[in-house]
Amino acid sequence: MIGGLFIYNHKGEVLISRVYRDDIGRNAVDAFRVNVIHARQQVRSPVTNIARTSFFHVKRSNIWLAAVTKQNVNAAMVFEFLYKMCDVMTAYFGKISEENIKNNFVLIYELLDEILDFGYPQNSETGALKTFITQQGIKGQPQTKEEQSQITSQVTGQIGWRREGIKYRRNELFLDVLESVNLLMSPQGQVLSAHVSGRVVMKSYLSGMPECKFGMNDKIVIDKQGKGGTTDEPGKSGKQSIAIDDCTFHQCVRLSKFDSERSISFIPPDGEYELMRYRTTKDIILPFRVIPLVREVGRTKLEVKVVIKSNFKPSLLAQKIEVRIPTPLNTSGVQVICMKGKAKYKASENAIVWKIKRMAGMKESQISAEIELLPTNDKKKWARPPISMNFEVPFAPSGLKVRYLKVFESKLNYSDHDVIKWVRYIGRSGIYETRC
Amino acid sequence: EEAEKRANMPAVSKGDGMRGLAVFISDIRNCKSKEAEIKRINKELANIRSKFKGDKALDGYSKKKYVCKLLFIFLLGHDIDFGHMEAVNLLSSNKYTEKQIGYLFISVLVNSNSELIRLINNAIKNDLSSRNPTFMCLALHCIANVGSREMAEAFAGEIPRILVAGDTMDSVKQSAALCLLRLYKTSPDLVLMGEWTSRVVHLLNDQHMGVVTAAISLITCLSQKNPDEFKTCVSLAVSRLSRIVSSASTDLQDYTYYFVPAPWLSCKLLRLLQCYPPPEDGAVKGRLVECLETILNKAQEPPKSKKVQHSNAKNAILFEAISLIIHYDSEPNLLVRACNQLGQFLQHRETNLRYLALESMCTLASSEFSHEAVKTHIETVINALKTERDVSVRQRAADLLYAMCDRSNAKQIVAEMLSYLETADYSIREEMVLKVAILAEKYAVDYSWYVDTILNLIRIAGDYVSEEVWYRVIQIVINRDDVQGYAAKTVFEALQAPACHENMVKVGGYILGEFGNLIAGDPRSSPLVQFNLLHSKFHLCSVPTRALLLSAYIKFINLFPETKSTIQEVLRSDSQIRNSDVELQQRAVEYLKLSSIASTDVLATVLEEMPPFPERESSILAKLKKKKGPGAVSVNELEEGKREGGELNGGGERGGDSSSTPSPSADLLGLRAGPPVTAAAPSAGSLLVDVFSEAVKQPSPTAFLRLFVCKNNGVLFENQLLQIGIKSEYRQNLGRMYLFYGNKTSVQFVTFTTTVTCPGELQSHILHIHTWNSLEPLIEGGAQVQQVINIECLTDFSDAPLLNIKFRYGGALQNLTLKLPVTINKFFQPTEMASHDFFQRWKQLSLPQQEAQKIFKANHAMDTEVLKAKLLGLGMALLENVDPNPENFVCAGVIQTKAQQVGSLLRLEPNAQAQMYRLTVRSSKDTVSKRLCELLAEQF
Repeated sequence: MIGGLFIYNHKGEVLISRVYRDDIGRNAVDAFRVNVIHARQQVRSPVTNIARTSFFHVKRSNIWLAAVTKQNVNAAMVFEFLYKMCDVMTAYFGKISEENIKNNFVLIYELLDEILDFGYPQNSETGALKTFITQQGIKGQPQTKEEQSQITSQVTGQIGWRREGIKYRRNELFLDVLESVNLLMSPQGQVLSAHVSGRVVMKSYLSGMPECKFGMNDKIVIDKQGKGGTTDEPGKSGKQSIAIDDCTFHQCVRLSKFDSERSISFIPPDGEYELMRYRTTKDIILPFRVIPLVREVGRTKLEVKVVIKSNFKPSLLAQKIEVRIPTPLNTSGVQVICMKGKAKYKASENAIVWKIKRMAGMKESQISAEIELLPTNDKKKWARPPISMNFEVPFAPSGLKVRYLKVFESKLNYSDHDVIKWVRYIGRSGIYETRC
Repeated sequence: EEAEKRANMPAVSKGDGMRGLAVFISDIRNCKSKEAEIKRINKELANIRSKFKGDKALDGYSKKKYVCKLLFIFLLGHDIDFGHMEAVNLLSSNKYTEKQIGYLFISVLVNSNSELIRLINNAIKNDLSSRNPTFMCLALHCIANVGSREMAEAFAGEIPRILVAGDTMDSVKQSAALCLLRLYKTSPDLVLMGEWTSRVVHLLNDQHMGVVTAAISLITCLSQKNPDEFKTCVSLAVSRLSRIVSSASTDLQDYTYYFVPAPWLSCKLLRLLQCYPPPEDGAVKGRLVECLETILNKAQEPPKSKKVQHSNAKNAILFEAISLIIHYDSEPNLLVRACNQLGQFLQHRETNLRYLALESMCTLASSEFSHEAVKTHIETVINALKTERDVSVRQRAADLLYAMCDRSNAKQIVAEMLSYLETADYSIREEMVLKVAILAEKYAVDYSWYVDTILNLIRIAGDYVSEEVWYRVIQIVINRDDVQGYAAKTVFEALQAPACHENMVKVGGYILGEFGNLIAGDPRSSPLVQFNLLHSKFHLCSVPTRALLLSAYIKFINLFPETKSTIQEVLRSDSQIRNSDVELQQRAVEYLKLSSIASTDVLATVLEEMPPFPERESSILAKLKKKKGPGAVSVNELEEGKREGGELNGGGERGGDSSSTPSPSADLLGLRAGPPVTAAAPSAGSLLVDVFSEAVKQPSPTAFLRLFVCKNNGVLFENQLLQIGIKSEYRQNLGRMYLFYGNKTSVQFVTFTTTVTCPGELQSHILHIHTWNSLEPLIEGGAQVQQVINIECLTDFSDAPLLNIKFRYGGALQNLTLKLPVTINKFFQPTEMASHDFFQRWKQLSLPQQEAQKIFKANHAMDTEVLKAKLLGLGMALLENVDPNPENFVCAGVIQTKAQQVGSLLRLEPNAQAQMYRLTVRSSKDTVSKRLCELLAEQF
């Protein structure tokens, strides 16, 4: 279990130090600073073992969060906790920065007392925490006994993430499907590896204790329905469903139901939360195709031509497109011509960066560059790093579709139709590279 | 030297400062993170590349600035792979700063591009032949800084000419001398002085201080290698020294440092003289002695300044002079004076001086002239040992005590050392223990004192008492009848201490087991008391000690029949007879049976008292020599002295000991060897030795190659002096061979060198060999050194590389040439294949030249298992159930060479009736088949 938790600034000064167990001494704080933050070589592993003590760290801008333990803990659990803790802190005071941490250190200690007990992670649901850890300081009148007992019963009860008696005039629900698509493609256009990692993020403003059911075009569900129910359009359902490789859910989702029926039903927390995370690797829609053409003209010149093709419905618009073409280390001059967008040789990054603000589907655009090289006596050949790309598209590259999101609240009299629902798809590039 | 070179460069003028460089550096310094720094550097590199690429020519200033930036980036730890050309261009500039930066870049980023090197060499040549002294200096510094072999090849002939030319400026001469020194150190074979020798020696008379100092460094180095050629420097050095030292002369009076005239030069001159024996010419010698006396006199004068620099300079010369006096070791008067002078320093405030005084005295103590003089300081030294705060000084004091010890003061010194041992620093304890043990043994007048001392030693510093020390005490006790009773009594008393060291238990067990009967008369140490005392320690001891104690018990049964039942009871207990340690269990079982079955007569014979050990060199001394401590020199000297006064050692017959094995592991074989029988009957021990020696039977140097065809490890060569063991491993086309050179004598081998050569074709392209670590040129007596040779097989080969070994043993040069057992089959990779595959491939290799066949008579018995082992050792896979005739053997393998892979198949058909073999080898290359066939035919 986690023995202690430290937060450092970029200089390695300790901002927050909370020790949960006796086996972690004061010198552990220094050990991490000396061996990781001030290490001569950059430490890339997130787990460091120093003198039989394990340090798990995550970095947020220039703030280091380190969990320390002497025991053999589940590393994934520790990191999940650290990320959760970042979320909680962000929810309370915004960006994690040195100044914010210094200004809120009392609050952070209060939070640490609540979300971690003797090294065991506790309820870290922001909504629940906010009911009893507040930032307003001492309220005019202290909480009544009833209120207190309500909080206690909620936190310790079965549905720890939602309190009772929430009431909204307008029952609203926002659903975002956020995906990042990763790709490695050979120069000939062959996909070497590709996967999409996606998240379903929800914001719910619903009254009472509603029971929700979320449906998407999961292949297993569709196939089952196709078999059991109508069989009139098997081809269509096969095309439109997606195979999900693995997924994880928010704690509110009833896993037993998912295991038995593969249906996602839950009582949602109030406010914003991440309902599920998933990963797909099959039948990914690649929004862009990069076609590189690199020609070496003698020893001192390199001609590069890159064509990008957008591969989605013409009615949709991709945004924030950026293509990064690496240049050799002995580049002495670059001339770039592009029809669309702006392109610039950035010497400090050893790359040509081509930016396009907007691009519709089924279009293509091209850039050509002449790179002059300085002849060197180094025999090493240029390794030709891949061309990478960034973009944002308004659809889910995995093909995921939200089929329904039903809300049932039996006690209060509003039905599924009364709830206003918003669905949005955003596909972003992860590591989207094409070899050249 | 470096500082001297720097001093020659004119400072960069202010107006020439490079603003761009300063801005760049401050940008880098202001970078907040590593990433920002890398970005800034990438940007700058791109800028420089575009500037260098640009079509319009750069002026010298910009070139210099950019080259400087590149240099800075390189020094920050980034790779720089361009800019060399621009730096070379700068070399041809006429501006000093541009040329200097060009040279700086080239000396830091040496490039192996041959074309570039030609250009650089050209530029250097131009500068060397220019008349401008600063340019010449820059060029010389560049040569010295790079110091590569190519540079030496290009300029080693040119620099001596510059050095001795009449019209060369002094500063250039100085640089030339140091440059030559550097080249000589890196590639001595290329720097040939020849005709210049006498003119270089005469530089000692140069009027310029820098030239003389630089020249002395060069001459000292050169004369160490070829003393005869530079002999003439002695008289010149002496006269120069006397001119500096004597107050009347005005030589180099400008170079007075805190009232001391030219101290560095004097030191260097004195050091140069230490390369040679005392001058034979009377006049020269007289002058030198006069100089040395003057130096000693000056040390007595009151200091002219209170500054520490003054005394440092004065003392530096004094210590160098004393070193010279010690080196000559022929002037009793001077030696005694030196000793007295050092005696004064022993109580000096300055710790460094005390240290140096002790260190020098150590060497003085070994000289016959000054030994007595050193002895007068014994009280001071003992005091130093007790009160000195610095551990290194205490260590020197201990060394000196050891060196000054003789019969007259041995008891006092040993007592002091013993008392010091209790508080001594842990790092020097083991050495101290060895020293005490040696002194006690060497100067022992009566052996009871010796036994007392060693037992005390074990009591005080038991952890640091090595095996050799207690082996030795037992050897001596067994060999000396008069001391045995006393030893038994003392050991018995020592064992009564509640906690005693395991080594003490070992000595006690052994001695009581042998001589317990001598003290059994006293009721306080009756047999049963003795046994109980020993047995009370039994459970606290490690396994080897317990084994020894068990042997002592069985000896007790022989000595005192009345203890028999008690001891048998102990042996019979489960903790002995069912001990988990095999050795202990075996001893218990065997001793129990021996004591119950054998008659008293048999017991008495088997468990007889140990016979006297053959006299031999003290193993402790060998051990101390192995620890190459600073006292090592004096140990050797002492050993010499000991040889003269041999009777001190209570035997006198230690001269002709060469017959016994010199390795210390052979000591007290009865104790060391495993089986219990050997402990009881020492003759079995020698039997064991015989068994071992048979195993390393010496092969004749020519025939050894075939011994190693099928094995990788073994003894390659052995004679009376030297044993060469070999261990090799091969993987694919690479091999690594470990050679172990063991000195079998007790005398060290000096100038031990080995060279591996590949004769003829082998050299050029077949086998690529290089030695990995060079050997130390010295192998101590009884020591072993290791050498690693890496081998790469490029293509197939038939000959073997040669190993040449040269060393001096007692003055006589030994030269030895051996073939290294590298044969083509070492690079085999075994290939498993089924019967079908085998015959298919066999058929594919059907060209007549691909097959080699031999029919020959068996040299050894035709044992199937032996044959199998040999074939496996060959490196091929032995294929079972392939040949229809089960008598036949078939093998398959691939020889891995760098150039290609040669698949080979082999078939061996033994004919038991005719005692003949038929061997057929097929491989894809005809030479390989032939060679394999030849190699194998000698094996069966």
